[in-house]
Amino acid sequence: MIQYIYLVPLFPLIGFLIVGLFGKKYLKSETLIGTIASSAIGLSFIVACAAFFQLIGENPEQRSHIVPVFTWIQTGALNINIAYQVDQLSIIYTLIITGIGTLIHIYSAGYMHGDKGFPRFFAYLNLFIFMMLNLVLADNLLLTFLGWEGVGLCSYLLIGFWYDRKFEGSNIVWTGDAAKKAFIVNRIGDFGVLIAMFLLYQVFGTLEYDSINQQAASMTAGGGMITAITLLLFLGCTGKSAQIPLGVWLPDAMAGPTPVSALIHAATMVTAGIFLIARNATLFALSHETMAVVTGIGITTALVAATVGIVQNDIKKVLAYSTVSQLGFMFVALGVGAWWAAVFHVMTHAFFKALLFLGSGSVIHGMHEEQDIQKMGNLKKYMPTTYKTFLIGTVAIAGIPPLSGFFSKDEILWKAFDNGSPILWAVGAIAAFCTAFYMFRMMFLTFHGKERFDHHHVHPHESPLSMTFPLMVLAVLSIFGGFLGVPYALGHFIGVPNILEHWLEPIFANADKILGHAAHHENHAIEYGLMVVSTAIASLGIFIAYRLYYSESSKPTELAQKLSGLYKLLWNKYFVDEIYQNLFVSPIRDMSEKFLWKIFDVKIIDGFINNTAKATGHSGEYIRKMQSGVAQNYAVYMLVGIILIVGYLVFG
Amino acid sequence: MHIDVILAAPIVFVSIMATASMVLDALKTKENGKTIFLFSIYVLMATFLLSALTFSPSSHFGLVALLSKFGLAPAPETLHVSGMLTVFNGMVGVGGYGCFFDMIFTLGGIMTILAARPFLESEKLEHSEFYTLILFAVAGMMLISHATNMLTLFIGIEVMSVTFYILSGYTRTNEKAVESSLKYFLLGAFATGFLVYGIALIYGATGSMDYATIASATHGDIRFPTLLLVGIGLMIVGLSFKTALFPFHQWAPDVYSGAPTVVTAFMSTAGKAAALAAFMPIIMVSLPAAMSYDGSNKIQMMLAVISALTMLIGNISALVQKDVKRMLAFSSVAHAGYLLMGLVAANPEGRNGIMFYSASYLFMQIGSFIILSVLERSGQTNHSLESFNGLSKKYPILAALMSIFMFSLAGIPPFAGFFGKYYLFTAAIHADFTWLTIVAVVSSIISVYFYIGLIVNMYFKESQEQEHESQPGLAAISLVLSTAGIIILGLLPSVVLSIAQASFGNH
Repeated sequence: MIQYIYLVPLFPLIGFLIVGLFGKKYLKSETLIGTIASSAIGLSFIVACAAFFQLIGENPEQRSHIVPVFTWIQTGALNINIAYQVDQLSIIYTLIITGIGTLIHIYSAGYMHGDKGFPRFFAYLNLFIFMMLNLVLADNLLLTFLGWEGVGLCSYLLIGFWYDRKFEGSNIVWTGDAAKKAFIVNRIGDFGVLIAMFLLYQVFGTLEYDSINQQAASMTAGGGMITAITLLLFLGCTGKSAQIPLGVWLPDAMAGPTPVSALIHAATMVTAGIFLIARNATLFALSHETMAVVTGIGITTALVAATVGIVQNDIKKVLAYSTVSQLGFMFVALGVGAWWAAVFHVMTHAFFKALLFLGSGSVIHGMHEEQDIQKMGNLKKYMPTTYKTFLIGTVAIAGIPPLSGFFSKDEILWKAFDNGSPILWAVGAIAAFCTAFYMFRMMFLTFHGKERFDHHHVHPHESPLSMTFPLMVLAVLSIFGGFLGVPYALGHFIGVPNILEHWLEPIFANADKILGHAAHHENHAIEYGLMVVSTAIASLGIFIAYRLYYSESSKPTELAQKLSGLYKLLWNKYFVDEIYQNLFVSPIRDMSEKFLWKIFDVKIIDGFINNTAKATGHSGEYIRKMQSGVAQNYAVYMLVGIILIVGYLVFG
Repeated sequence: MHIDVILAAPIVFVSIMATASMVLDALKTKENGKTIFLFSIYVLMATFLLSALTFSPSSHFGLVALLSKFGLAPAPETLHVSGMLTVFNGMVGVGGYGCFFDMIFTLGGIMTILAARPFLESEKLEHSEFYTLILFAVAGMMLISHATNMLTLFIGIEVMSVTFYILSGYTRTNEKAVESSLKYFLLGAFATGFLVYGIALIYGATGSMDYATIASATHGDIRFPTLLLVGIGLMIVGLSFKTALFPFHQWAPDVYSGAPTVVTAFMSTAGKAAALAAFMPIIMVSLPAAMSYDGSNKIQMMLAVISALTMLIGNISALVQKDVKRMLAFSSVAHAGYLLMGLVAANPEGRNGIMFYSASYLFMQIGSFIILSVLERSGQTNHSLESFNGLSKKYPILAALMSIFMFSLAGIPPFAGFFGKYYLFTAAIHADFTWLTIVAVVSSIISVYFYIGLIVNMYFKESQEQEHESQPGLAAISLVLSTAGIIILGLLPSVVLSIAQASFGNH
């Protein structure tokens, strides 16, 4: 099935074309459109599964396949193929994208019911899946970049999907503003990737991952050029994966419909940064500086976003900050060279975060578009399925064993300790504590306690089966997904191997060799100890949340008043948006308006262009006079031409 | 069946069928417009298929292999056609680039006929001659692209030209069309005189009209160098007229803007490709030795100057036009200049560039003219720039397609026009004609002004009129074909390029 891997991106493309071109005018029926769009992704998932099972049957060292589709650009020495690389890494991403993608498509058919943009929504969603699959399946950086830009475009289109609605945010009034913010911030990162691509081509003479990987494997660490390339690539990752300093767009991206938040802004697109680094792990392993930067940015983001999440009241914003924070964890894993752990966390996070987002969508749907958790309460009575699945997701993300979040997060924390330092572990543990706290705070405020909504206007109800079914599937995955990566320290007692680590080992072999990491299984005592401590910390977070929020009390308000300075800082998200506004946006806007526009553009550029145009126009008028329309004149011109040509050839 | 007939199947078939359509017309009296319309469409589709099947005569998938299964032809492996794969005593070459161009001509013919039918119906002019003439024109063009002898070439050029003279005056009651027809005929006859004279002088100098023989005769000592040079010069003049190169281009804007729009669509695309198909083997097969016989690259230099002036004059003139049809007519002159760059470069890249660009140009130019013709039938009486104001509101789909054509003509990726220009420009650079490439880039920039200007008119200027329902009829199929062509060539350029490359490999 591997040689037919191009079918995987092809189906969503066909779906996009059918729904996009014919959806509004000819198909009309919501059921039909929803079915076409969902089954396009479903078919991709089936093909991806078949390819996956074929990979399993092969020799672990030979599981990397390049499937050329056609030559895209061929000029001189540069030869870019549209070719797909199927290996252990890309197949995992493909399964996540198509699997969760299918579920979210099914969910969306219920969630978007009655929306006037129904066909448009599904067209964008299919296009997104197509682009995302190109991103992860590409065998070269340029094709990845095409997908990278494509998902950015789809993200823009879907954040601003309800372009006529208002949305609150700093300096943001309309959803369209949020879409623009996401797009522009991402452009900064994309610029980094673009430059990195030029430099890569200069150094390696190719953009194909395999070739770069092999060449890089024989290089010695510590080159300035490699540091520059990897840092620029990482700049792109901070944009796409919402890390400091480019993470400001993600919370505002919640302006989009909730399934979009689940699919694009939690499960798939935002993990593209992790993919890019994992794909080029050998390259990153060559630069200690970059690795240190990745770790530093990751851990800072994880902590900062987790603390901001504590005070948010918008159900989706809490989840958004939580996503930023979890992505930070993944970068920490990459930074300390625990490549497989990052991919592991991408997977489990995709399960439980998609579940949580879809659950929040179900809540918003049942509450008639209400998103403020202060205006909810006791919803478990009205929405039992949503409640149960949401609870599973919350426990999973909090890191309570044996749910999936525990295994992946704990692996990262352990590697941060083992390959990094105790301080790194401690900061991570604090972020994990915050995570457990804010998640359960949201959980209690939403589903427990008194009903704080207006009974006359709001009648909460459970969502239809098309929405609760995906929730149940994701809940099962959130519970059991972690068993794919049971740490050796636990697994070797009961004979459970660490499946995912073994699976990914060949991909990161070169990078591990450079870093000198070997799979060593010592220090079990410390590992057990840390496991217990981190579970205790998570439980503590849950307990505090329980005391403060489970039953109605004035304690949270009192606490906020006591710590009003800290509270204000967190409430305003460390004033990052304001700082950016004053430091970058306003000065650039002023300069653009006063200098670049009124002087440089109007006077210099326009002046030059206009005068050139005038001169060209004048010569055009002159030439036009030659075009008299009289055939005899033309014959004379021809004769002159003949005399000149023959004369030149004979006498010239 | 004689093997020569099989190998030259596309030309033989289309010529016989063109004649047959006249007979058919005489036999049937009622509704023969529709009959001949369908007949010519099927003929052209079959010709397209035959061209594809004879592209590589000795292949196991081609026509020869197919027929040999039924014992109608020898097996492809045993195929020994004298050296260069020529048939009919060396008068016609088979397969290769000839078939590549055949496909361009037949596609052009199909798109034109589809777009012409609603136009002819609305003008109450649907006589079957129109379709027959297109068939003859295609036959003439194919004779040109398969010619390996200057006699064949001349016959092909005349067959094509004569049909063009008639077609451009097809709307007999329209004064402008009649004027353009007459003008075209007079100047065309004038130019043909020089072409024949050039052929005669080359024959005098080398003793042959066969491309290969001329090539070997000019290799060593040339007995009458002056005679040969004058012959080459006059030949270039004749072909430059057909290609509409400066200073022999002046008929083109007048004829293109006077002729019925669908006819212009055909003449300015397939006709130009045919002229290039004549030019290319003359320069690259027949005369490469003669071009630099005394160590100078005089002829190349001269072609470069002609190319530079053609694109500058074409684009600068197009810039000041107020009428879109006339603007496209002038810009078509400029595109001939770009195409000539491939001949100036005279390397395999230039050759591939010409073939690729001819194919791209077919789609984008024919598409934009067909849109003009659809607008004419929707009641837009003139094509002034103002009449395009707010077209995106009136006819959103037509405006969107027109924008694609304009972007492609301006050479903006990811459309076909970009890669076409790219290949031609790099070919010129590799042949050390950097200055010519700079001129080409500058003139491309000039052209962006009027191509994008039209889009500005369509999208950013207001008009009072409401949304109309356009009635493209069958022209819709042509528009879909041309848009698909532009996008496919733009996204998969290397596929078409590799076909172009292969088309010289067999010779």
